Amino acid sequence: MADDTAVTFSRKDYQTDQEVRWCPGCGDYSILAAVQLLFAEIGLRPENQVFVSGIGCAARFPYYMETYGIHSIHGRAPAVATGVAIARPDLDVWVIGGDGDMLSIGGNHLIHALRRNVGVKIVMFNNQIYGLTKGQFSPTSETGKITKSSPFGSLDTPFNPVSVALGAEATFVARTHDMDRKHMMETLRRAYEHEGAAFVELYQNCNVFNDGAFETITAKDTRADMLIDLVHGAPIRFGADGEKGVILNEFGECEIVAVADVGEDRLLVHDEHRADPSLAFAISRLAHVPTMPTPVGVFRDVARPVYEEAVQIQLAAASERNGPGDLGALLASGSTWTVD
Amino acid sequence: MTPETSTLKPEPLAEVVIRFAGDSGDGMQLTGDRFTDVSAAFGNDLATLPNYPAEIRAPAGTIAGVSSFQVQISDHDILTPGDLPTVLVAMNPAALRANIDELAKGGTILVNSDAFDQRNLDKAGYQANPLEDGSLSAYRVIQVSMTSMTLEATKELGVKPRDAERSKNFFALGLISWLYTRPVEPTIAWIDQRFGNKELVRTANLAAFKAGYNFGDTAELWEHPYEIAPASLPPGQYRQITGNLATSLGLIAAGHLSKLPVTYASYPITPASDVLHELSRHKNFGVRTFQAEDEIAAIGVAIGAAFAGHLAVTGTSGPGVDLKSEAMGLAVSLELPLVILDVQRGGPSTGLPTKTEQADLLLAMYGRHGEAPMPIVAASTPSDCFDAAIEAARIALKYRTPVLLLTDGYLANGAEPWRLPAIDDLPDLTVEFATKPNHGDEYWPYLRDPETLARPWALPGTPGLMHRIGGIEKQDGTGNVNYDPHNHEKMVHLRAEKIARIARDIPPVEVDDPGGADLLVLGWGSTWGVAQQAVRQARANGRRVAHAHLVHLNPFPANLGEVLRAYPKVLVPEMNLGQLSRLVRAEYLVDAKSVTKVQGLPFRAAEIEAAIEEMI
Ligand SMILES: Cc1ncc(C[n+]2csc(CCOP(=O)(O)OP(=O)(O)O)c2C)c(N)n1
Ligand code: SF4
Ligand SMILES: [Mg+2]
Repeated sequence: MADDTAVTFSRKDYQTDQEVRWCPGCGDYSILAAVQLLFAEIGLRPENQVFVSGIGCAARFPYYMETYGIHSIHGRAPAVATGVAIARPDLDVWVIGGDGDMLSIGGNHLIHALRRNVGVKIVMFNNQIYGLTKGQFSPTSETGKITKSSPFGSLDTPFNPVSVALGAEATFVARTHDMDRKHMMETLRRAYEHEGAAFVELYQNCNVFNDGAFETITAKDTRADMLIDLVHGAPIRFGADGEKGVILNEFGECEIVAVADVGEDRLLVHDEHRADPSLAFAISRLAHVPTMPTPVGVFRDVARPVYEEAVQIQLAAASERNGPGDLGALLASGSTWTVD
Repeated sequence: MTPETSTLKPEPLAEVVIRFAGDSGDGMQLTGDRFTDVSAAFGNDLATLPNYPAEIRAPAGTIAGVSSFQVQISDHDILTPGDLPTVLVAMNPAALRANIDELAKGGTILVNSDAFDQRNLDKAGYQANPLEDGSLSAYRVIQVSMTSMTLEATKELGVKPRDAERSKNFFALGLISWLYTRPVEPTIAWIDQRFGNKELVRTANLAAFKAGYNFGDTAELWEHPYEIAPASLPPGQYRQITGNLATSLGLIAAGHLSKLPVTYASYPITPASDVLHELSRHKNFGVRTFQAEDEIAAIGVAIGAAFAGHLAVTGTSGPGVDLKSEAMGLAVSLELPLVILDVQRGGPSTGLPTKTEQADLLLAMYGRHGEAPMPIVAASTPSDCFDAAIEAARIALKYRTPVLLLTDGYLANGAEPWRLPAIDDLPDLTVEFATKPNHGDEYWPYLRDPETLARPWALPGTPGLMHRIGGIEKQDGTGNVNYDPHNHEKMVHLRAEKIARIARDIPPVEVDDPGGADLLVLGWGSTWGVAQQAVRQARANGRRVAHAHLVHLNPFPANLGEVLRAYPKVLVPEMNLGQLSRLVRAEYLVDAKSVTKVQGLPFRAAEIEAAIEEMI
């Protein structure tokens, strides 16, 4: 809820007196800065912001935001946040969690919050590892990953979080990364502005247990070739000179091509607002591991009734229809009789 | 013929216990409900015991598919649905076979003789037809061709015979209504209303009901009907109520009394779902119901709503409580008000979904990791669920703590007359939210009330009171994350002390002791009525027995130790393997013994009475 009075805010207004306890060099620091700077930029009143998190390194986030916050239990933050949103549709509710928190133990709550379109902004810090428990593979770790719990390589096939969110028909789905503050702020701003559930996958470097997981695509000198910036209404192309692009093949799958080979007109034009999520899903399938060219930005942004608003509408309609609740009348409803 | 033409003079009866039994598809629950409603409105005291299979359509005609509904109606104050029925209405052989052992000797069996064909006899496992082989000679058997008479009564209406046959429960209801001189108008009105949009069904049911009634009047199966006069209950306005309905109304009332919106988050589960169904109808009271993706989400939503200032409730049965336990611990740590309703059913695991048990007491008490104390309130009768729900909310709100509200399948579905409370007599549950800093210019979320040890409740959206709470151990006062060993010890003790102090704020346990008793029957939850009945019977036999009943299981009433030590013998009837007796032995070093029953059915008074006799 942006404030219309002339108060201005600075990053400081969102900082708590608690010592930030992530490992030095952790990507979480830059995310925290980006969020605080974004809040100051928009001018969000701290008291109207609620951060809900699960458990994990990422989930410590609320302690560092001078707002209202609940550090709940592993995986359940989307549910707790749903409760806050239903009770207080006037507040902005944010959910922060890691890839394990959101996609492993909490996968169920994540997809249900998304399908209901509860107006919560879910930011998943994906470091492709369990940070807090010291480095086991996570549901987004690549197959074959060697960790303490998978000394011979993990056997699991990873989730693509954006595909999962689109599969759950989330009304807003985006991806950004911790190496580009501007892109992070812009993506989070879009999530904030979206009415309804927003899911942002945020690539985050865990420099202790999975250092450099995203380096191939997020390092400054490779970005141009490895990150495919999605721009609504524009043909999807990338590369230093825009020499590469994305087309839809005969099977409805996305393919990377040299623009020179197919001609500019063949390129897929990105449309965030398509009602059906299939095309966005096809785009999300371009990269399976973050060593391939990977789409970033907003995949999907569509309007659908917001859950907590629908709740309010039903409450209002019931009061309209039956009048405000009368306890005495309710207790005496059905057949009653009197004993003298 | 109209049903109003009964000519025979009824003979008065003090009470009767009737069991309606049939196939799950025969509509016995409905028949029992109707009979109960009419009797309640007529002014009888009553208590009911529905008993049905977990399967929606258990194999027709088999013992597993039998559904029954027992009701006791009386002209005086009663406490239970009765030990043994004196009248059994059996719609088929399986219903007879499943229930005959519980019929009082000399009792009456009213059977639908049309259903006693070879196929049904086989399905019920009868070698020979019990209506013919003399095996029922200890009873008075009345055979009525209910199916054919129903078909006959409806044949002019254009109903297909298959559909018409389904009205036979109304024939049985009509016949029993005649036999016990029940007014017919309420049932006729009810049929009109309930089946108003299905004209054929309505007319068929009506015709069957009237046919049953008239058959009683003309067939001379009995010399005369019976009559159970209205009971002399305390003056007031009454309605009939089940436990789940009373719980729902209690939660709505608690919202009203606290002036807080109620959020009820739940995942469907027998026998708790009816609370979700009921509450979802009352949105004009500001009640939000949320059907979650699972029980963990349900309590998560409730915790979020509590943080945001609602009266938050999550309801379930045992399997759901298991799932909620981690989040219940979070609520203990967050010190937020929350009511967790457990409508207990037979366990472990899926257990007996539709049957009653009281085996979640220790789960309620200890079923969380770490030292995670939670107050426990247990309802005693169906209507008492209303007061228990308000009491659970009162404690939750005042002490900023999750509270377990225990009912069970018997209370949930059982019904009794309820004298409506005066709204003004209900407790005031208003809460004060924090509105300004409480420590200099800071807001400390764990700065406690020195009396109750409750922490303040500041609502998100309030300027200047931003704070973070979480499940990590926190410093008392500031609420900041804190791993200091001594702080943790202090917090563990504070959380325990806060719950212990609630004992100052609950009534002492009352003892019903006519004087000189040396045996105390100590009950909790739904055993109240049957324990009291057993105690009365024992006294009638000259035994000196006292009776006390617990509503608060944690903390116990402050005088409980004193009460227990005043009796050399303590007997605890409970539908588990001795959970309350274990708690009181541990707490008070008294030699309490349990009489237990875990059959998915409530005690009979005679069973407790026998235990009293044995112990005394
Ligand atoms: C019920 C439960 N199971 C397990 C844990 C242990 N645990 C804490 S965080 C975590 C995984 C963290 O990984 P992720 O969510 O990716 O967050 P990160 O630390 O990487 O930010 C696990 C398994 C827990 N706290 N609770
Ligand atoms: S373990 Fe990894 S994710 Fe956790 S704080 Fe350290 S660097 Fe960050
Ligand atoms: Mg992680």
